[in-house]
Amino acid sequence: MNKPLNILLVGVGGQGTILASKILAHVGQFAGYDIKVSEIHGMAQRGGSVVTQVRMSNKVFSPIIEDGEADVVIAFEKLEGLRWMSYVKPGGALVVNDQAIFPVPVLAGLVEYPRDIPGYIKSKVKNAVIFDALKIARECGNSKAANVVLVGVLASLLPFSEDSWTKALEARIPARFIEVNKVAFQAGYALGLKAQ
Amino acid sequence: MKELLTGNAAIARGAFENGVAVASGYPGTPSTEILENFSGYEGIYAEWAPNEKVALEVAIGASMAGVRSIATMKHVGVNVAADPLMTAAYTGVNGGLVVISADDPGMHSSQNEQDNRNYARFAKIPMLEPSDSVEAKAMIGVALDISEEFDIPVLFRITTRVAHSQGLVELGEPIDKPVKEYKKDTKKWLMIPAFGRLRRNSLTERIERLEAYSNQSPLNFIVPGDSKVGVITSGISYQYVREVFPEASVLKLGMTFPLPGQLISKFAAGVERLLVVEELEPYLEEFIRLQGHKVAGKEFFPETGEFNAAVVKKGFVAAGLMPATGINQPIKPEDMPTVPVRPPVLCAGCPHRGVFYTLRKMKLLVSGDIGCYTLGGLPPLDGMDSCVCMGASISMAHGIEKAVPALGEKTVAVIGDSTFLHSGITSLLDVVYNKGNTNVIIVDNGITAMTGHQHNPATGKTLMGKNAPLVDLEALVKALGVNRVSVLDPLNLAQLEATIKEELIADEPSVIIARRPCVLIEKKANPPVTVQEDLCTGCKACLKLSCPAISVLDKLCAVDPESCTGCNLCLQVCKFNALKKGGIVNE
Repeated sequence: MNKPLNILLVGVGGQGTILASKILAHVGQFAGYDIKVSEIHGMAQRGGSVVTQVRMSNKVFSPIIEDGEADVVIAFEKLEGLRWMSYVKPGGALVVNDQAIFPVPVLAGLVEYPRDIPGYIKSKVKNAVIFDALKIARECGNSKAANVVLVGVLASLLPFSEDSWTKALEARIPARFIEVNKVAFQAGYALGLKAQ
Repeated sequence: MKELLTGNAAIARGAFENGVAVASGYPGTPSTEILENFSGYEGIYAEWAPNEKVALEVAIGASMAGVRSIATMKHVGVNVAADPLMTAAYTGVNGGLVVISADDPGMHSSQNEQDNRNYARFAKIPMLEPSDSVEAKAMIGVALDISEEFDIPVLFRITTRVAHSQGLVELGEPIDKPVKEYKKDTKKWLMIPAFGRLRRNSLTERIERLEAYSNQSPLNFIVPGDSKVGVITSGISYQYVREVFPEASVLKLGMTFPLPGQLISKFAAGVERLLVVEELEPYLEEFIRLQGHKVAGKEFFPETGEFNAAVVKKGFVAAGLMPATGINQPIKPEDMPTVPVRPPVLCAGCPHRGVFYTLRKMKLLVSGDIGCYTLGGLPPLDGMDSCVCMGASISMAHGIEKAVPALGEKTVAVIGDSTFLHSGITSLLDVVYNKGNTNVIIVDNGITAMTGHQHNPATGKTLMGKNAPLVDLEALVKALGVNRVSVLDPLNLAQLEATIKEELIADEPSVIIARRPCVLIEKKANPPVTVQEDLCTGCKACLKLSCPAISVLDKLCAVDPESCTGCNLCLQVCKFNALKKGGIVNE
């Protein structure tokens, strides 16, 4: 891989974007690639937008993905999906969890949360997968595994073996939670394949 | 085996592998994780100091005693530590001494974006700048060697993007670094004027030797390329240059003070056009221009904010060095709905919320400070007038009162527990000593919260997890001479307001300690508040709390049971009893 694979993970503090990026990086490392991961801490931890950037290639220089250069944008919340939609490169994919977390200006009634984000995204991005990851995670046994459902969808879009994803899950998730997360991953993986 | 490490974790690993025995620092984004990672290694000592000046002095002492030491801080922390830093350049070291400055271009979590490369030139100490995690780990070892070889502290300057980006780093084994003998040498360590003058001359000589070193050090290297364009760069900017302009000749500077004048001249002579790509100030550019080279930098690359590959590419396009085409055109539809911003907020259940709600309600002038609670200054809470630097809340309130007494009568200073211990104590001492009348609220949540829950002298624990004596804030402020000291629970709004009123009238300084643990560490949540919908009038009074668990949509208040911690603050602001207690306020 000479041209970097760019994956942008966006969400809201506490949604598990960082664990998802760790699983992804583990898979990339296992495949022998150079990897850079970038995230900004600080104010973002207090309910702000959270953005993690993962780049992998034979050699990676910049740790940051530029606008319009992401192979996949994976949005853990749909407003964040809309915010970062332009980062998807032509022919790239946008995976969106159909969950709304209202920012304070919306809660305060100062601005409106955009209506029908999924409809809008679908009208603009050809390869958009939008679904309720929380619901699927709950069906798998734990709503907290929603992030791993999203990782499953991501896995279906990337050229890595299913086995390497399983190994990464085992390496990054504590043993007592591994079973429910494996089920969640499979559910996401199947959904991703079906959507393509 | 390679491990994916942030720049901060790589620095910690590098310090461990290169025999650093003592590390001290004060938490500050983006530097905090260096000591958090370092403290986990075996056979070392690491601590949180009350402030950066103390941290550096601890590291200087450790160096004098003969071990390798580091002091870590964010860029503005170096301002606090500048006093010992300037003279440590004179004394030099025994064990290697490295000061790590984590700068924050773009101000992701800072009050300014000062360029601390200027400190190296100012203090006359060598400076190293890594551009990623691999370099961060390797260059810490080099910095320690330089420090010992040239008898001088080294400034190790990183930026947010280096500190918080991860890269694959090869781990090594720690070297055995025996303690160097301490020999009494007052002409080196006792900086009275007569000896200071000797060391000043020595400093000039050391810097001259360092310049020769810089010219031949592999830290500064040339990446050969097209001779039409030569780019001189350092730190994270190097990565962006390589990303967007792989054809260019590049002089990558890892050591940016003293700068390698001869190497720069050699590089400049071999290229047709010379450009400098550097974040923030024209630090390299001015040096290179003074050398007599025709060079461009800030006319194409901005002097403010953080760079990325797109910014750097834009600069090269503006310089006529590459076509504007070839960039993927991002989707920017004209019919795109407005995307609401998602600003950071005080957490649901945060004990600071009630304080700022009350101060805003009382229409007071609030002299604020640095911490999570600075978020209390954002609307709709809007409960803070100013925030300049750590500790300034109290001294600025004192200045306001001395300047315009009528304004002072309705002024309060608000400061966190960790910030008070960092640099608020001397400010309060000034108020008492100079017969001020300032009212101070110490918002004591029992932790250094903003940077991710670090211990401090008021938490009873150390960085290495040991139990520690707990500073008694009440006794401390009394000992400073404050007679009026009250302690209250900031979730009790009526008591809070009554106490503030009482203290504003009093004709002497006062301290209110608003004490309740950070909601993120006090795990026991009360049952969530419920809404009795027939009583809710949709008046939106509860929204003034800026609580992320409360919304008023479709003219009815709603409380999100997932995020509500049952702090019950909202019950106290609802005039229609529409919000129902989920738990108990004071248990």
